[in-house]
Amino acid sequence: MTHPIPQGTRDILPEEMRELRRIEAALRELFDARGYGEVNTPAIEFAAVTDTGDPRLAESAYRFFDPGGELLALRSDMTVPIARVAADRLADAELPLRLQYAGNAYRAPRPGRDRLREFRQAGVELIGAGAPEGTVELLELLVGALDAVGLNRAVVGLGDADLFRQLLDELGVEGVARDRILDRLAAHDLVAIEAEAGDLGDLGEAERGVIVELSSLRGGAEVLDQARKIGGGAVERATSRLAETYRLLTDRGISDRVQLDLGLLRDLGYYTGAILEVYDPAVGQIIGGGGRYDSLMGRFGRELPAAGFALYLERVHIAQTEEERLAREPGPVRSR
Amino acid sequence: MSGSVAATHRRSGDEGLRMAVPRGALFGPCLDLLERAGFDVSPARAESRSLIFELGELTIITMRPSDVPTYVEAGAADLGITGKDVIEEQSDREVYELVDLGFGRCRMVVAALEGDDSLERSASRLGFMRIATKYRLIAERYFESTGRQVEVIEVKGSVELAPLVGLADGIVDLVDTGRTMRENGLAEREQIMVCTARLLANRVAHKLRVDEVDSMIERLRAAGDAPK
Repeated sequence: MTHPIPQGTRDILPEEMRELRRIEAALRELFDARGYGEVNTPAIEFAAVTDTGDPRLAESAYRFFDPGGELLALRSDMTVPIARVAADRLADAELPLRLQYAGNAYRAPRPGRDRLREFRQAGVELIGAGAPEGTVELLELLVGALDAVGLNRAVVGLGDADLFRQLLDELGVEGVARDRILDRLAAHDLVAIEAEAGDLGDLGEAERGVIVELSSLRGGAEVLDQARKIGGGAVERATSRLAETYRLLTDRGISDRVQLDLGLLRDLGYYTGAILEVYDPAVGQIIGGGGRYDSLMGRFGRELPAAGFALYLERVHIAQTEEERLAREPGPVRSR
Repeated sequence: MSGSVAATHRRSGDEGLRMAVPRGALFGPCLDLLERAGFDVSPARAESRSLIFELGELTIITMRPSDVPTYVEAGAADLGITGKDVIEEQSDREVYELVDLGFGRCRMVVAALEGDDSLERSASRLGFMRIATKYRLIAERYFESTGRQVEVIEVKGSVELAPLVGLADGIVDLVDTGRTMRENGLAEREQIMVCTARLLANRVAHKLRVDEVDSMIERLRAAGDAPK
């Protein structure tokens, strides 16, 4: 007789647990050394808090009533609860706040899909430091964190969450059409942008072409020049923000670990300005993400610029295992 | 960000690109496209038992069309080709849709028995229509977006059978020429969407293998535009 556990959850046995703990310990040691104090928040929040942080995330949150009739939610990321802590509990602390965490978050998958419902993230939040210095501190710490867990080949993609929002403002695209286009861009459905008639507002063929071309630009500093050739105020502002950040990254000797990516958009609603994703060539899925969320703290009544990143620990562990295996067995690994 | 833990890439990154190619109706046109793009596809044409073929710097792995997004999302393939019907039915897969390749043009339609009004009767008397389909999500979304309630009955085989024997009032299915439907006495009632073959990319491959991926897109676009 077996006793199943819910799909999307799992038991972790000692061997894996030891390896996961090693990853977390390496990250904690690095974050400690850089002055990031560890915080912990409850897995259960009032739904009003998680909804304040990101109404879109609330769609996939587990929500339930407690016996007193209060609507509660399991946290679906770590950033929103920490924004709450920073606004309320740390209101008098000296800025910028440097906070780190490692904890489980929860999201409901669509039925039948192989998504984790409970997953573990470790990361940092830097609250009260604006762009570009705050962004650069964060990126430097992220590259250090990847090295600390042995992912020396991992690359950070850096984009700008405001580029397409401002570009669509410039083009006068509003309402439903605007949301649709941003959704399609976040999913990188270029065919829809290029070809779909009717429901994308009044976008002409030329404008569609510009959006597709911009969202395909990724690489080193040269992509900023390519973007500038496309022109427009929104592009100019986004590229100058990215150029400034990239210059500081070059000064610190880490620009080779960062790939500029104008097509990068994340599906969380609270990002503003710099957004980032982490890739390792040994795994086919992103292993971390983050960015600036300069308007999130304001929703909790304390206007402060802020940024953070989270590493998805299950996937970091897979990447680490694969990188170690590839190092042991170099050369083509395909079986016939 | 939640995600599957099972998905791994398992490669060193210094091999050529790997592309998932669908078996079935799209297989021939896919090989034609790759041939026009300059790849020697004769091994794939000659042999039917192997699943993996080396075409110089490109490796193609062949599979059911509906499996293509699965392999691409996990990174077991860097690129993939499959029909828009498959992509739409699996729209929560995290894959990039890059190019409309234009071939494999089909239409997703609602159909019912010729001259039969059971769709309308069920809608007015029962409040919902019974629809048989292999495309549960597409059908649900379409009827929801047009303000109608349906009971979707998922079947795996010949959908045309369902209204003939009273399992359903109508069907949602992909039609090419529409011959099978007509031969079974079914008539098209509404068109949901036009589907063509699309080029997909794994998110990480798209970011980390920029030059290879972009040059493959260019080659396929150029080959697609060439006279057939």
